[in-house]
Amino acid sequence: METDTITAISTPIGEGAIAIVRLSGPEAISITEQIYKGKSLREADSHTIHYGKILDPQTQEVAEEVMVTLMRGPKTFTREDVVEINCHGGMVSVNRVLEIILSKGARLAEPGEFTKRAFLNGRIDLSQAEAVMDLIRAKTDKAMSVALKQMDGRLSGLIQTLRQNLLETVAHVEVNIDYPEYDDVEEMSKEVMREKTKEVHREIENLLEVAKQGKILREGLATAIIGRPNVGKSSLMNALVQENKAIVTEIPGTTRDIIEEYVNVRGVPLRLVDTAGIRETEDIVEKIGVERSRKVLKESDLILFVLNHNEELSEEDEKLFEAIQGLEYIVIINKTDLEQKLDLEKVSELSEGNPIVTTSLLEEAGIDKLEQAIAETFFSGEIDTGDLTYVSNIRHIQLLKQAKEALEESMQGLDMEMPLDIVQIDVTRTWEFLGEIIGDTASDSLIDQLFSQFCLGK
Amino acid sequence: MTYDAGHYDVIVIGAGHAGVEAGLASARMGAKTLMLTLNLDMIAFMPCNPSIGGPAKGIVVREIDALGGAMAKVIDKTHIQMRMLNTGKGPAVQALRAQADKPLYIKEMKNIIENEENLTIRQGMVNELIVEDGVCKGVITESKAAYSAETVIITTGTFMRGKVLMGDLEYESGPNNQRVSVKLSEHLEDLGFELTRFKTGTPPRVNSHTIDYSKTEIQPGDEKPQSFSYETTEYITDQIPCWLTYTNEFTHEIINENLSLSAMYSGMKRGTGPRYCPSIEDKIVRFNDKPRHQIFLEPEGRDTEEVYVQGLSTSLPESIQHDMVRSVEGLENAEIMRAGYAIEYDAVVPTQLWPTLETKRIAGLYTAGQINGTSGYEEAAAQGIMAGINAAAKVLGKDPVILDRSQAYIGVLIDDLVTKGTNEPYRLLTSRAEYRLLLRHDNADLRLSETANELGLITDARYQTFVEKKRLVEEEKKRLNKLIIKPSEAINQVMEEAGATPLKEAVKAYDLLKRPELSYEILENMIEPNPDLSNEMKEQVGIQIKYEGYIKKAYEQVSRMLKMEDKKIPDDIDYDAIGGIATEAKEKLKKVRPLSVGQASRISGVNPADVSILLVYIEQGNIARVAN
Repeated sequence: METDTITAISTPIGEGAIAIVRLSGPEAISITEQIYKGKSLREADSHTIHYGKILDPQTQEVAEEVMVTLMRGPKTFTREDVVEINCHGGMVSVNRVLEIILSKGARLAEPGEFTKRAFLNGRIDLSQAEAVMDLIRAKTDKAMSVALKQMDGRLSGLIQTLRQNLLETVAHVEVNIDYPEYDDVEEMSKEVMREKTKEVHREIENLLEVAKQGKILREGLATAIIGRPNVGKSSLMNALVQENKAIVTEIPGTTRDIIEEYVNVRGVPLRLVDTAGIRETEDIVEKIGVERSRKVLKESDLILFVLNHNEELSEEDEKLFEAIQGLEYIVIINKTDLEQKLDLEKVSELSEGNPIVTTSLLEEAGIDKLEQAIAETFFSGEIDTGDLTYVSNIRHIQLLKQAKEALEESMQGLDMEMPLDIVQIDVTRTWEFLGEIIGDTASDSLIDQLFSQFCLGK
Repeated sequence: MTYDAGHYDVIVIGAGHAGVEAGLASARMGAKTLMLTLNLDMIAFMPCNPSIGGPAKGIVVREIDALGGAMAKVIDKTHIQMRMLNTGKGPAVQALRAQADKPLYIKEMKNIIENEENLTIRQGMVNELIVEDGVCKGVITESKAAYSAETVIITTGTFMRGKVLMGDLEYESGPNNQRVSVKLSEHLEDLGFELTRFKTGTPPRVNSHTIDYSKTEIQPGDEKPQSFSYETTEYITDQIPCWLTYTNEFTHEIINENLSLSAMYSGMKRGTGPRYCPSIEDKIVRFNDKPRHQIFLEPEGRDTEEVYVQGLSTSLPESIQHDMVRSVEGLENAEIMRAGYAIEYDAVVPTQLWPTLETKRIAGLYTAGQINGTSGYEEAAAQGIMAGINAAAKVLGKDPVILDRSQAYIGVLIDDLVTKGTNEPYRLLTSRAEYRLLLRHDNADLRLSETANELGLITDARYQTFVEKKRLVEEEKKRLNKLIIKPSEAINQVMEEAGATPLKEAVKAYDLLKRPELSYEILENMIEPNPDLSNEMKEQVGIQIKYEGYIKKAYEQVSRMLKMEDKKIPDDIDYDAIGGIATEAKEKLKKVRPLSVGQASRISGVNPADVSILLVYIEQGNIARVAN
């Protein structure tokens, strides 16, 4: 009955060691096949479980190791083809799996939509129908109230500004169409249209950046602690964890040994990522080589680079400086309780203006300053973490991406020398997508704009 | 005591632009039809501007023609000039507009009506409807004639409790001092209909001899012969120009000083006027930074000296109108022949109608045109033809005909009216159509000929011509898709002349046509010409190929929309029995009573969760109904 494929994370966010991404619909299996490396699902029997890997379609890198449950309709919850992807790697990777699925054409499910489909595709009686209707109401209301309450005022303000900007452009084109003889307004030119679309495109890209930051906030900044052996990395980790109550402690996975410590530093959630390898060998450079370490470091949002106050700057230290060049990092000069042998001027020079903090973890000194520096590094020291929820936000991101794509199509139209009234169709779509984010889709506003902006009529 | 004046299948009250199309469509479908009008000399009268068409509206005229209506043919025969608008823009927004010869238009339309089989026209004022058990059974005129009928269509325009306003002068009147209809309005209220009060206005007309045209700019028609109707073959070549001038600071000063004398600005509570058709007072007040406004001088016909002063719609006192007109360049010595005025009238709140334009309250009763809160001759005619079709279909036992939003501007218009209602006189704009790339001037026949043929609204010969056109267009598209053009000196010369980059490798003619610089006419110089194709067909091939990607995208949106349109809601569903729908949405749904989930989703105040719940409720099959 329904023709599109929906997807959502079906387990509560942030709890439990396993998270499930579920897909339902005619494309559920084919979408999974596109992003999954493992036994062919197309040929697999129904109601079977398979081990495999989810690949990032752009980089072909492994995004997550998963167990995939394959269930063909109609003997499924929704009576459609259903795929459930069991992820083990915490919120970041689950989120990534969901985003990859969305990029392949599945649509984010509405609140209660799996259940709705279950009933629409099956035989239902009135009492069941009522239960479903209640569910939709409850879930939608909750999602709405959460979304409204937690919609960042600045975000909605920005989106409203962008929409107004687009609306004026659209109204301008419309007035050219509906009142071709009206001489008070110049014919909208392709150049102006191009400028406008570029401007809004840039803003949407910025917003997507902001959204990414919002996501980082909820999931924690991936933070790597690096340094030569015995500079005090473990002490630093312990200090941060003790000082700030850990949100989540060890999640030992079954397929790989990742240790994540969640700590909240002055409102900035950090996800202290430490692979077993790094822990055991105490030296990322030594263990996996410079090339590999560069890649691991790249995936971090923040790097805490620990140096020893009591030792001279070594070749390895300089290599590490090289490896983190251009990334966000804080230099921590530890062991100030011991004699200074480190060339501070040289360190300052190598740090390219990144913050330098001196600590004595042994004497519990300087941690305060470090925390301050962490907060300042990303958020100028001021941050409110409770502003966006996971669900409403991925919806926002999805809509922003759609808006961006529509805008790109309008830019292509301009490049193809399409008439402006045709280019404008995609601009209007952009405006509508942005409207969905702030819950405003009334199409009448265009007509209102037309008559308030221009003096028209006979 | 009334007398029995006979029985008809369909009775149309009114013979304006809605009435004539309703009567003709009904009669052509085979229903015995009677039209009653206040004044036989005013059939299809244009009380305001002497023009037909323009953006969106012009496309509606084409749609009416595709459905076998009369408007296009009559204006083709009686215009004084014609122009294609938006020629520099895309194919979706190009539209034809004609300046009409008003008296000739009436004469021509009257002639068509008089000669239509199955159609009787008679002068008479309808005072009340005969209603039995919620079903309309006929009408009674003021002269006590009782006509019985299966269905009745009211198309009374702005005549219901019409009131003309000019300064402090006000009197009960239809437009242009015609008799007002009061009793019918009261009768509709008694029957329980919700009426609203709307307002519109018209500018003064001046004598052409008193205009100094040398101070104005000429606005000629197009030289290229064009027509609204697909069947028109003879074209008017001697066109008459319009003229452009402007208001100035003196005009604005006069208006500002006398604003309190304007009927609409005197502080009295008045009906709602349209924003897109503001009076000159509105323009000065709302946009006071504009140094001047355009004034178009439009002749009202070939055999009259009256000139319509477009842009000066007003309800100022006559004496002020005189000063105002004479402050305009070129009009320094102008003599007003008729003063401008505002008119207030009763309109039926259109959410009381089904999408067939039948009223929900009384079966067999339809309303169409300005009475439904619209403005414009084209909007009226569009509703008229649909009401005529549906009233006749009901009598003849055929299925109702509802055009959807992707099929026609007519569909957009009626869906907007019955789903959203309107709080000002409604005018069609291209921006009201979501799928305007599909609703083009050039393809009205492709969109509607099948429907017209099934209903018997067009002749077999016309339908066969259409089928042949469609076939030739499709075959040409196929041919171009197989035709390979190889780079050669001759080919690249054509390319260069068109301003396109020369060909480097062989390419399909079909793909070549997609290049922005190339039209079908240019392509023709590179391929073997197809002698079977008319210019119209070539245009069609060009548009369909050039905008293929966008058209495809639009169709994808349409198919999503239609899926929701296919989910029908019984008209007697009991919304109170559905738990979970928000209270506001429930009230709206009870009022509009949408016939599909798609329609429900377009009602403002009904949010997606309400739509989901409604969908689930309908799917489960056990639907509670309201007791009749």
